[in-house]
This record gives sequence, C-alpha cells and structure tokens, in this order.
Amino acid sequence: MKALFQLYIQQFKTTFATMFQYRASLIIWMIGQVLEPLVYLIVWSTVSNSNGGNIGSYNTGAFVSYFIILMLVNQVTYTWVMFDYEYRIRQGFLSFALLKPVHPIHADIADNLMSKAITLPILTVIAVILALSFHASLTLTSWRIILFIPGLLLAFGIRFLLEWTLAQAAFWTTRVSAINQIYFFFLLFLSGQIAPLSILPSAIQITAKILPFYWMMGFPTELLLGKVTLASALFGIGVQAVWLTIAVWLVRVVWRLGVRAYAAVGQ
Amino acid sequence: MADGNSVKPLSSYHTVKSAAINPVVQIQGLSKTYIVNEQEAGAKATIRSIIHRKKTQVAAVDDITFSMAPGEIVGFLGPNGAGKTTTLKMLSGLLYPTRGNAVVLGHIPWKREKSFLRQITLVMGQRNQLVWDIAPIHSFELNRVIYRIPLDDYRSILKELTELLELGPLLTKPVRNLSLGERMKCEIAAALLHRPQVVFLDEPTIGLDVTMQRRIRAFIAEYNKRFGATVLMTSHYMADVAALCRRVVVIHHGHLLFDGELAFLLQKFTSHKTIIIQLGECQADLNVYGEVLACEDGRYTLRVPKADTARITERLLADLPVVDLLVEDPPIEEVIDRVFTEWNP
Repeated sequence: MKALFQLYIQQFKTTFATMFQYRASLIIWMIGQVLEPLVYLIVWSTVSNSNGGNIGSYNTGAFVSYFIILMLVNQVTYTWVMFDYEYRIRQGFLSFALLKPVHPIHADIADNLMSKAITLPILTVIAVILALSFHASLTLTSWRIILFIPGLLLAFGIRFLLEWTLAQAAFWTTRVSAINQIYFFFLLFLSGQIAPLSILPSAIQITAKILPFYWMMGFPTELLLGKVTLASALFGIGVQAVWLTIAVWLVRVVWRLGVRAYAAVGQ
Repeated sequence: MADGNSVKPLSSYHTVKSAAINPVVQIQGLSKTYIVNEQEAGAKATIRSIIHRKKTQVAAVDDITFSMAPGEIVGFLGPNGAGKTTTLKMLSGLLYPTRGNAVVLGHIPWKREKSFLRQITLVMGQRNQLVWDIAPIHSFELNRVIYRIPLDDYRSILKELTELLELGPLLTKPVRNLSLGERMKCEIAAALLHRPQVVFLDEPTIGLDVTMQRRIRAFIAEYNKRFGATVLMTSHYMADVAALCRRVVVIHHGHLLFDGELAFLLQKFTSHKTIIIQLGECQADLNVYGEVLACEDGRYTLRVPKADTARITERLLADLPVVDLLVEDPPIEEVIDRVFTEWNP
C-alpha cells in the first residue's frame, strides 16, 4: 500500500512536469472544454426564452446552471485513454508497461487525478464568471453538496474504468477510432451532455438510466442542481456503486484477455 | 558454395552448452508461430478478403533449445527476421510461445510474476520507455518507485550509472532534446536502475556512431562484471559481439544454427585469408597466386584459400620483390554473412 502511494506521488510529479511542458496546448484544451457546454447553454437558454422561459422543469436560469455544472462534472470525469491506447500499443509503450511489476492502470489514474487537480481550479473560476454573466439560478442545500461529492467521484470511477475497458479494443483491432465514435455518440445523447435528460423523450430517459451513461455525467449534475429528490439521490448513488463494481470487473476481465491476445500476436 | 563448411556439418558444430550448471536461462523446444493475414494486390482480391481472409502460418521461432549460465554474455545472432526479437520477447514475458518451455531465474516468463519482472530487463534499441516531454530523471524516479528500489540503493546505482555512461548533464534535459546516442544511454540507465540479474538487449547500439557504440559496449561489459548479470544480446554490429561475447547462438529462419564459441564459428567459416603485399607498382599479374581484390600504389590485396595461405605466402616471397607482407582474417561481418547465406533449410 505504501509502495502504491509512493507510486502515485511520483506519477503526480511526472504528470505535473509533463503538463507544464505544453502550456499553450493546455490552454487550448481548456478552451475546448468550456466552448462545448457554452454552445449548449446558449442554445437551450435561447430556446427556453422563446418558449416563455420554461421547458419541462427547466427555466432559463436552470439551463444555465445545468450546463455550467455539467462542464465541471465533464472536466472531472473526462479521460483521454481511448485516444491514447492504440498509440501506446503501436509505439511499444505497452510492452514497456508490461515489463514493469505494476499494473499500467495506476499510471493513468494518477495522471488523470493530477491533471484534473491542475485544471479544475481554473475551470471553476471560469464557471463562476459564466454563472454571473448568464444569470445562473442555483440554490444549494447541504445534503446535495454532501451527496454530490460521492456522486461525482463514482461518476469518475465508472467513466474512467469503462473508457479504459473500451480503449483495450486496441488489443484486437487497429480501427479504434470507429469504436470511439460510436461510444461518444451514445455519450453525447444519453449522458445528458446535449440536453438535460428529463426534457428528452421518456424512451431515451429509460435507456440512458439502464445504461451507464447517465450515471457518468447527468446524475451528479442534476443532483447538485436540485432536480433529484433525496430518495432518488441515494438510489442513484446505489446504482452508481453497482456500475462501478461492474466496471471494475469488466476492466479486469478485458485486461486479462487483452494481454493474452497481445502476447499471442505481439507487436 | 566455397570449400568446406556447408549446411550439413553445421549442426555437428553445436557445442552442448545447454547443460550449464544452475542455468539462469533455460529454453527447451521453444517455438512461436504467427498467423498472418495475406494481402493480395488488386481490387478483386481486396473485396474477396473482406469475406474470406487468407491466413498463413509463419514459424518465427522453431524448436530452439539452449541455456545460459549465471554471469554469461551471449551474442544472439541472425539476419533480420530470424526470430531474435521474438525469442527475447518470449524470454521477457511479452509473448506466449506456441510450443516449448522457458525458465528464466526459476520463473516461467509469460506468467509475468512481479518477482520475475523485478529481476529482468529488456532494452529495445528502436523503442523507448522514457517519457518524451520531460527530463530522464523523472522517468528514473518513476522507475525507482515502480521497482521499489530503496532510496540509498537508488542513489548509489544512479551515481554509478551516471559515471559509467557519462549522463551528468543529460539527466535534466527533456528527452526530446537529446540526441539518439544520449537517449540510448538514458534508456539503458533507466532499464538497469533496479539492477536486473538478467538483461536482454535487442540491438542496443543500433543507429549509434562508432564512438557511442564503443562506449555502450564498454558499459555492458562493466555492468556484467560488476553485478554478475547474465546478458543475452542481439546486434547487427559484429564489433559488439566480438568485443563482448565469447559464446554466440546463431538462428536463421527461426531455427538454431549454432551454439558455441564465436572463435570456433569464425574459424570454421573462414575459408579464405587476405594477403596484402607491397611491391614497387601495380604492373604484375598476381592472379596465379590468388584472387586480386585490389591494387593501389603497388599494394596488392589477394584473397587465398585458408589452407593454401602458408604455401602461397612462401611463393610470393620467393618469386617477387616483396617490400612488406601482411596476412589477415576476413572481417567478421563477412564470415557471419557466410554462415547465414550458406545455410538454407
């Protein structure tokens, strides 16, 4: 355990050093993180205004708050491993990772945590500025803030592990980008990224809640926004815990099979 | 084919090293077959391949058996595609074999047990493990915690490696700003921080200039001496092999061709010698003595059958006004090339 802790600390330092090597790309990347929810925010508040100020249970101020919280939730849960894996395999980095007496997922977890610790404060400042400029309406209660934290962490855990699982498709195919596109299509519609789930048709809502997507982004966002009752919030965290367990199991099984496939074929 | 050493006698050259006492590396009938999709030219063939892919089996490594004693440096030779890298990957646990067994330090490599991985390393000359954007020292620190190297040990080995490889100023420069040779030195250091007992080196000097090759070579010898590590290395530079390895294992098309002393191999496969004589000018026709390879300012280079060297030398001295005479073995590259080309399974 102590060794693992030291490993994380060292990986934090490595990520820290790496991120500051490319300050410009870091800023460009963060602008991208802000722009996408900003577009949805403007579109939906315009639609809401022209609709007399309300769509379903969302008024204009709630839309603004939703997309600003979503931006922060996306920032915390976002991973880049799906874009990275094929490159790692082709360039032989994975071989070096396999030669080491530690599971390569730890490096990714640490890498994610550190880069988020660096970017989150900046995005939080941006979020506050956006909230003031677009007149967000948000009333926070203590239980929502308390439950939001495990909800957010579980969302990160699920999304990270599922994306890590999917990334391993690179063990079997070199056409990973097609898989990524399908995944991001589902994520866009079913996670609440394009619109709050509760204003979408009920068929989509049910699908999204059966699948893991809503629990990776929409749920913690709606929880903090106050669109979820205490009972639903607790139930939701339970569902997240189940998905996390499934994701842990999946990542392990697929890793075992993937390494076997890799070791059979080689690169 | 020239005289003497051809295909058949080759297998009889095998000196049985497999019976090394307490072997560190032991390989028995190791084989690896890849299944490869065949791609034919033309649109029709491409469309056909969507439905039915033609697959062929390629035996990259076929029934290889040898072993290595503790502290031994063995050169692993073969032309491109002979199966060297595949073998090294199996021995370091990156590939499962199709058949056969291997035991390295008492472990089956492809089980990839942590206690095994902590004792070995694989350096691949064409691949790198260092984090590209930052200084090597960060990657070294990362390896320190990954391999759980106690801080004192880490400091002392880092100091040693820094001295031996002259890493000093390189440690804090971003890897992307290092030259190929500098990067290779750092790669090797990163791979050896945990003082592995078994070191697999796959073309560690590839692409490096002669000076850097020599430095890396000297370092490998020193590391082997200092830590008693067992080293299996491939290299296309015969100077590496000649300097470091008394014993070589030669493979070709996945088959083991030879396992024994390099000197023995060279002797067996050296069919010719080169005689260099200095005469007044390049007027004489010396083809009666041997094949004239070159003549410059009266300095003739003759290729003669090894067995006739003494007789021809004598005749040359008796017949001609020889100012100077030199008898040389052919370059080692030429000999190894003969080993490869004359053996066609």
